[in-house]
Amino acid sequence: MSKMTSLLKGTLNWVDERFPLTSLWKEHLAEYYAPKNFNFWYFFGSLALLVLVLQIVTGIVLTMHFKPDASLNASGVPVAFASVEYIMRDVPWGWLIRYMHSTGASAFFFVVYMHMFRGMLYGSYRKPRELIWIFGMIIFLCLMAEAFFGYLLPWGQMSFWGAQVIVNLFSAIPFIGPDLSLWLRGDYVVGDATLNRFFAFHVIAVPMVLLGLVAAHVIALHEVGSNNPDGIEIKKKKDAQGIPLDGIPFHPYYTVKDIVGVVVFLMVFSVIVFFMPEFGGYFLEYNNFFPADPLVTPLHIAPVWYFTPYYSILRAVTYPLFGIDAKFWGVVAMGASTLIIALLPWLDRSPVKSIRYRGPLYKGFLAAFVVSFLILGYLGMLGPTPLRTIVAQICSVIYFAFFLLMPIYSSLDRCQPEPDRVSWK
Amino acid sequence: MAVPFVASMLPSERAKAAGAPVEVDISRLAPGEMMTVEWRGKPVWIINRTKEQLESLKKVADKLADPKSDKKMQPDYARNETRSIKPEILVAVGICTHLGCSPSEKFKTGAESGIDADWQGGFFCPCHGSTFDLAGRVYKSKPAPDNLEIPPHMYLGDAKLVIGEDKKA
Repeated sequence: MSKMTSLLKGTLNWVDERFPLTSLWKEHLAEYYAPKNFNFWYFFGSLALLVLVLQIVTGIVLTMHFKPDASLNASGVPVAFASVEYIMRDVPWGWLIRYMHSTGASAFFFVVYMHMFRGMLYGSYRKPRELIWIFGMIIFLCLMAEAFFGYLLPWGQMSFWGAQVIVNLFSAIPFIGPDLSLWLRGDYVVGDATLNRFFAFHVIAVPMVLLGLVAAHVIALHEVGSNNPDGIEIKKKKDAQGIPLDGIPFHPYYTVKDIVGVVVFLMVFSVIVFFMPEFGGYFLEYNNFFPADPLVTPLHIAPVWYFTPYYSILRAVTYPLFGIDAKFWGVVAMGASTLIIALLPWLDRSPVKSIRYRGPLYKGFLAAFVVSFLILGYLGMLGPTPLRTIVAQICSVIYFAFFLLMPIYSSLDRCQPEPDRVSWK
Repeated sequence: MAVPFVASMLPSERAKAAGAPVEVDISRLAPGEMMTVEWRGKPVWIINRTKEQLESLKKVADKLADPKSDKKMQPDYARNETRSIKPEILVAVGICTHLGCSPSEKFKTGAESGIDADWQGGFFCPCHGSTFDLAGRVYKSKPAPDNLEIPPHMYLGDAKLVIGEDKKA
């Protein structure tokens, strides 16, 4: 036994002299001190990492069977569409891998939305964590691109017409727009060239960027240390060894705690994968079970649920401005609605970080923001009617007011004093 | 340096060469009927309009964004009241000028169409609600900015239509 131990120790020493294995382990896990008062909201960061791994593993297996080819096979079905059916019916366990991947996409957005909302609740984006927030926002944008590219691949009706509409959004940009959409499509219509390049973006380009950004996100976090539900800096109170009094080592304390989150997550995830993979048409839309037909648009087209709030904002803009079509301003508003979130660290002027010590003004604005975001998301799944357009317009104004008025209301707010040490609530 | 990488994503020579003209036999297209053919991957509608339908074009003129087809969405020979060569036969690209969905036909008039009681027949885009009349002209205050595109086309004889080519040369 002691021989075995000394052999292992020798090997570890051999590696450590050549690669900082032990020091990386200590820096990021065993001696990374996280605040001891993490609550339920703090599960979503590690869950996002878990879903990323799930998507990569299932994605690799899917690429072994999927064919990004829009031409028609001998039975007149597009090859790409037929290859997805082949995965579902003929590849051993293919149905499971594919449902895990499609459910994983929705799970990813759910987990990331919760993770972002946690940041908003506890002011995690505030100084000195601005860069973590910026990296996170770029991850979010990449994730949207990744989902959009991936959605075209099954080459169903929704895939085709969704890509058609989104690529055409770029044509609304004055002067360069039409050429830009042509360049994105690689053809005069969404076709084989588009499918092939979206496949390249989906399986190589975006995932590589995504992995790099996730690494940057975590490295930046470990440089400044985690925030916590009280929004106070644990590094201000340290013991004689320089360890934060309110900090505990990430491993084993949070690795073990996160296993609980993982188990609960996987329970919910499995129920969806095994019993309701289409999730009533919200995760896999019914019209996508028809192969792409460039001649007929389905009567009801809507994006997948995680895009609908922004889609509602796009549709809510119906007035031309400065002699440019409403179509262009809709695209601008949609783009702004996602990018403005990145500015939070500079819009927020409150003396406190956490919602626990903020005053009624911020709480009111945040509640209005959440409600309008949910209504926008709901409306985005429905067809447009005059009444719904007006509701969407009101909600869009609230959405932007939350951000644009924040410098005013966050500094006027009557906040409570922050505690010295973290608390248990 | 970046040029080859960026330019490689433009339409290939093959994609540019595709899009040959399409020949269509319209002898069996009865009045009030519509057929769809594919040209350059896009739906092209051919509609044989009835007398009543042609009459309706005048009734709706004041509700349209560009009733006289001033914007260049058609060849000059189709810049007329019916936006066509033969008055009754409309040839139009069935792609909404907003974001590229294909509108659905709503030939039934009045309240039965589900659009409004005054509806004179035309097209409705399911994506963002733009409406077009039976000459592909867009209604005012809708997301779509322009009338539907009329592709270059010509007749070889009475019932033979060529889409994608005209006699300019």
